[in-house]
Amino acid sequence: MAKEQAKRKVVRYNKWGYIFLAPFAIVYLIFHLIPLITTIGNSFFENYRSGLKQIGPTFIGLDNFIELFSNPDIWLYTKNTLIMWILGFVPQIIVSLLLAAWFSDPSLRLKGQRFFKTVIYLPNLIMASAFAMLFFTLFSDGGPINSILIQLGILEEPFKFMSNTWSVRSLVAIMNFLMWFGNTTILLMAGMMGIDTSLFEAAEVDGATSTQVFWRITLPLLRPILVYVLITSLIGGLQMFDVPQILTNGEGEPMRTSMTLIMYLNKHLFSKNYGMAGALSVILFFITGALSLLVYKISDKKNK
Amino acid sequence: MKKKVLCALLVAAMAAGTLAGCTGSGATDGGKVLNIYCWNDEFQRRITDHYPGYEEVDETTGKIGDVTVKWSITPNQNGAYQENLDSALLKQDDAKADDKVDIFLIEADYALKYVDSEYTMAIEDLGITSSDISDQYTYTQDIATDSEGKLKGLTWQGCPGVLFYNRAAAKEIFGTDDPAEVQEYVKDWDTFVKTAETVKEKGYSMVSSVNDTYRVYSNNVTSKWVVDGKINIDENIMKWVEDSKKMVDAGQTGTHALWSDDWSKGFYPEGKVFCYFGPAWLVNFSMAADQEGSIGNQGGWGATEGPQGFFWGGTWICAAKGTDNASEIKDIMLKMTADEEIMKGIVVKDDDFVNNKPAMEAMAEDSSYSSKILGGQNPLSMYCAAVETLDLSNLSAYDFGCNETFQNAMKNYFDGNATLDEALDLFYKAVKEKYPELTY
Repeated sequence: MAKEQAKRKVVRYNKWGYIFLAPFAIVYLIFHLIPLITTIGNSFFENYRSGLKQIGPTFIGLDNFIELFSNPDIWLYTKNTLIMWILGFVPQIIVSLLLAAWFSDPSLRLKGQRFFKTVIYLPNLIMASAFAMLFFTLFSDGGPINSILIQLGILEEPFKFMSNTWSVRSLVAIMNFLMWFGNTTILLMAGMMGIDTSLFEAAEVDGATSTQVFWRITLPLLRPILVYVLITSLIGGLQMFDVPQILTNGEGEPMRTSMTLIMYLNKHLFSKNYGMAGALSVILFFITGALSLLVYKISDKKNK
Repeated sequence: MKKKVLCALLVAAMAAGTLAGCTGSGATDGGKVLNIYCWNDEFQRRITDHYPGYEEVDETTGKIGDVTVKWSITPNQNGAYQENLDSALLKQDDAKADDKVDIFLIEADYALKYVDSEYTMAIEDLGITSSDISDQYTYTQDIATDSEGKLKGLTWQGCPGVLFYNRAAAKEIFGTDDPAEVQEYVKDWDTFVKTAETVKEKGYSMVSSVNDTYRVYSNNVTSKWVVDGKINIDENIMKWVEDSKKMVDAGQTGTHALWSDDWSKGFYPEGKVFCYFGPAWLVNFSMAADQEGSIGNQGGWGATEGPQGFFWGGTWICAAKGTDNASEIKDIMLKMTADEEIMKGIVVKDDDFVNNKPAMEAMAEDSSYSSKILGGQNPLSMYCAAVETLDLSNLSAYDFGCNETFQNAMKNYFDGNATLDEALDLFYKAVKEKYPELTY
């Protein structure tokens, strides 16, 4: 009798688990899973609007994919996206590691840590579009940066930042770097503070220099967090949209050398072309999945 | 008791509404709510000021007799207005009578998208005859005529454009600022490009940006953007590319977008821009005439016809299919776009160039009317002349997407980042993204 009652109690407690899970499951189902499946579904249909005329949806199998792949541009946009991501990510991870190491090193006794942690995080609070607009104004042909450079005698006539492939890509990378290095610093710092301090003390007793401590102790133990930062940044980078969209007015100027995959997707929404946009999303899904898996595998192997 | 009466009234209104809905897609009368879709309060202000019997209730509602007027104002940015209007029109058949779109406004750039669709009513179906609107400028009707020749929208404005030149610069360069003499230097495109050299020697840009002249070329095409489902680039558009490339390479103009800070530098003397192209509203309201030190503020602009006639802007009134307020719409259209007295009132109060030949011609002769911004010139006769030469039979529903895409693609060529062929390829590709049904 008593046993049975106890059993019932266990069952009753389990129920709460499901109840607490429910909100997430429902939200996930409605806002993630269903859109995901309909996107894949959409990619097999011809479905767009010409003016006010709706065309489709007609099932056309893999035609959307064939059209996308028969056009070499999709690789150009993938390349652009990755270049701009790497340009921004490399300085971001270096600066973040350095700052995190300084901030988490108790022997340095840095003053005003709280203040600087807040300040480096601040750029992330500005809307990406506002930030891009600001840079657009600063670097326009007759903008303040050009005036300063001319007055200092560095330039003869205004440099057209927005008409040069590498200046546009670098501007996008700089903006992404400025916006995200604070966030990465906070993450890495949390990881570093989680490392057992006795290890650092032992290293110090053994006479290790601070460089050695960083490369031999901090970095290897930080690997899980580093992999997390790398993968989330990669996914965010592949979805890069707002900064280059606003900076180049949606055109990916010049000659679409700064057009990212999502900006290309956005181009298809002018005609509400759910078919092509869906197909592009599916491709993007696989690219993201494959790259994440690759990064994960590589870092996992080293661990062993 | 009061409540009961109210109830009965509401029930009656609902019943009437559903009955009206039953008649299907044809226009009916007696609806209690007139829904107007637009992107700013310009038309609302015109109605409030000039339509007899309109009472303003609050910012988004008004009354004409016992009909409530509801304004749905969605800003134009990033196509938000069209998006909102499209979704409303696509639901038109199923919407409740009081929620149906009755009137919506359109702009020339995308007029045909709506005019050439079944969602817009022909003017004649509202009971407006061609004799009612015979005083209007033909070009305003060309724009709102569908592919079968049916007129589907009317406007109270005309927006013919002219060339505005910097008087001080003209004196410095040509030794005169007389409109007729300056016209000799810009009378056609070849002369215009040649003049650009002289202008450049004196340290001025001919125009602020290549995009300034685009509209003038594109309004004077002899073929459409799309012919039998194929993308087609008109000769005059290619002439724009050729002339512009020459001018950009010689440093006589820039490639920045209209409305950008770089573009508007020439509103001030130190911007050193010789001329801009535009209609009356540009020089009156958009060229910093209210700012101390600007050229407009000192009355330093002159107006002349320029190489070719063109227009820029304008708002057309359309009736949505399935409206339940046909008679109110007819009256609004007639009063606002064809009543000479009301239209004269608009000229006097709002400085619009109205869509009424007799009214405008009378104003053009009137020597007491002169523009302070244009240094005392009366430009109306010039506008009247320009508007007569406009031929807009080559508009197509693809203009909005094509014009913008073409300018963006060619910027790469002008800036030296692509060859002409590469830039054209980019244009074709980008148009196909916007209109997947087209080929090239």
